[in-house]
Amino acid sequence: AKTRDVLNTPIEDFFITKTELTEDSLEELEETLITADMGVNTVMDLMEPVAEKVNKKQITNSKELRAALTDAMLDLIKPVHENKELPNKKPLVIMVVGVNGVGKTTTIGKLAANFKKQGKKVMLVAADTFRAAAVEQLEIWAERAGVQIVRHRDNSDPAAVAYDGVAAAEARGMDVVIIDTAGRLHTQVNLMEELKKIRRSCHKSLPGSPHETWLVIDANTGQNAVSQAKLFHEAIGVTGMILTKVDGTAKGGIVVSICHDMDVPIRYIGLGEKAEDLREFEAREFIKALF
Amino acid sequence: MFESLSDRLGSVFKKLKGQGKLSEKNIQDGLKEVRLALLEADVHYKVVKTLIAAIKERAVGQEVLESLTPGQQVVKIVNEELTNLMGGANEEINLGGGHPASIMLVGLQGSGKTTTAGKLAVYLRGQGRKPYLVPADVYRPAAIEQLTKIGKELSIPVYPSDTDSKPEKIAELARIKCAQEGCDTMILDTAGRLHIDDELMAELGRIKATTPPSDILLVADAMTGQDAVNMAKAFNDAMDVGGVILTKMDGDARGGAALSIRSITGKPIKFIGTGEKSNAFEAFHPNRMASRILGMGDVMTLIEKA
Ligand SMILES: Nc1nc2c(ncn2[C@@H]2O[C@H](COP(=O)(O)OP(=O)(O)OP(=O)(O)O)[C@@H](O)[C@H]2O)c(=O)[nH]1
Ligand SMILES: Nc1nc2c(ncn2[C@@H]2O[C@H](COP(=O)(O)OP(=O)(O)OP(=O)(O)O)[C@@H](O)[C@H]2O)c(=O)[nH]1
Ligand SMILES: [Mg+2]
Ligand SMILES: [Mg+2]
Repeated sequence: AKTRDVLNTPIEDFFITKTELTEDSLEELEETLITADMGVNTVMDLMEPVAEKVNKKQITNSKELRAALTDAMLDLIKPVHENKELPNKKPLVIMVVGVNGVGKTTTIGKLAANFKKQGKKVMLVAADTFRAAAVEQLEIWAERAGVQIVRHRDNSDPAAVAYDGVAAAEARGMDVVIIDTAGRLHTQVNLMEELKKIRRSCHKSLPGSPHETWLVIDANTGQNAVSQAKLFHEAIGVTGMILTKVDGTAKGGIVVSICHDMDVPIRYIGLGEKAEDLREFEAREFIKALF
Repeated sequence: MFESLSDRLGSVFKKLKGQGKLSEKNIQDGLKEVRLALLEADVHYKVVKTLIAAIKERAVGQEVLESLTPGQQVVKIVNEELTNLMGGANEEINLGGGHPASIMLVGLQGSGKTTTAGKLAVYLRGQGRKPYLVPADVYRPAAIEQLTKIGKELSIPVYPSDTDSKPEKIAELARIKCAQEGCDTMILDTAGRLHIDDELMAELGRIKATTPPSDILLVADAMTGQDAVNMAKAFNDAMDVGGVILTKMDGDARGGAALSIRSITGKPIKFIGTGEKSNAFEAFHPNRMASRILGMGDVMTLIEKA
């Protein structure tokens, strides 16, 4: 039993009760978008043409307003969202990165279960050798999903684990390899260098890998997520994003801002702590929940 | 990434120099910039509104000081308002009440509770206490192992919890064990949970009832956005927390959530986490936090010198 909205006025009400547009309705809308963490600049960029249409009476009621805004946001998210077919590689090597505690390891557990369900042979690689019991956590997920795992001792070199993991996956005929990495803040230069090293050692083990690098973003994150996306992308080239903890009250609007600035598709959203709580990202549905 | 507020205000107020008084009209553009800076720092929309009104009220009618540019003067007012709102410095942990004393850590998933439990233990040991770590997260895979490893590394005893027990039962039994081990302060690590998960929130209530804590600390991520108010309000309503620990302050987040949380709960921020290691733990300083939110540590020293 989850009771939504502790403090927010549901925007649905706003659209139902206020059909006539006033100055206030635009401000209220702006407030809703900002409180969804979309960021002031993105909100202003989106609202400006819409507000102009309101002024020119091209938009006169809230239904039209909603449609116009939805379209504007779809334009931002959709183009980057298209072309989401995964490269056809065997094994397909996916590296998962992100700041501390966003949900990388859990998401890998969910992905493993998901790929397994599609009949794929999956291997997990425990390249977070730093955080206490990170390996044990991933082992439990591997066991739950019924997939294999490659691990080394605690505090061993993550690049070496990645090398062995990819090599083992190739030798054992795996379809998908997912590499878990330690959480790190994007501003920690040494740790970002370590990610580059992990990439290089994947490439040494299997040229061209990792084929995909997925950045996990916590829906609770505010404007800092823009900096996260930028710096991870600059360091190692991000090919997809996963938005977690969408089952809470935070809207995750920050991903709209990220799409505003860079060209990376959002692949999945996380909706809970269980293996099945993973969905493919649906732009329209996501936008609908935003305002 | 963001331009500092003082830079922005500098250009906004260039024309204002030597105009005598700050008036509602001549600070309007400046206040717009302040609003933008606060929103970009993730301060909640409604909190920003209230703050801007308070800043305006204080600023209007003030003489433009000889020693400061109007921009600096507004920054000074903003900074003071933020610092005041954030409350006093160095609020200590409450260790009164029962024997042993116990501190309960609560918060959303991944906010840093387990890591902070280790940090707190080290901090309290430094104060001459004998801490006892209690893993009461029976849900997250390997959560008990995580805290057990942390305790081992730090040579701090850890209660041998198992995932088949109920958290409130663990807390109750650990209390007895804590005294037997010659320890005087329990640190209770609870599972991450959503504030809208009624079932798990009720579980926190049961733990609190069986083991009345000396202090309940809400562990919150400094990168949290606008939803910080909903989260903090719900945890505080349910648990009546004694204070807040703000983690992951070692990054480049402005940390406006600190202001939102403080203003919605009225509870002090007691400590900040500044890294993953057990010594990356510091007392909270409202003035530093205010400067950080505004992105202007440098300017304040200028103003202080003026
Ligand atoms: N409610 C909810 N919780 C989630 C979701 N995804 C992950 N979590 C929880 O978030 C917490 C952190 O998840 P992890 O998978 O350990 O995060 P991580 O990014 O691997 O963390 P580090 O390796 O320490 O950086 C755990 O308690 C997870 O159960 C989600 O979609 N919804
Ligand atoms: N950079 C940095 N990382 C931190 C800090 N505090 C905690 N972390 C990291 O954040 C991640 C999550 O920390 P945990 O202590 O597992 O968080 P938790 O709240 O116990 O998570 P759950 O039990 O899953 O809800 C880990 O990778 C920690 O190392 C901090 O102050 N700075
Ligand atoms: Mg992890
Ligand atoms: Mg924990």
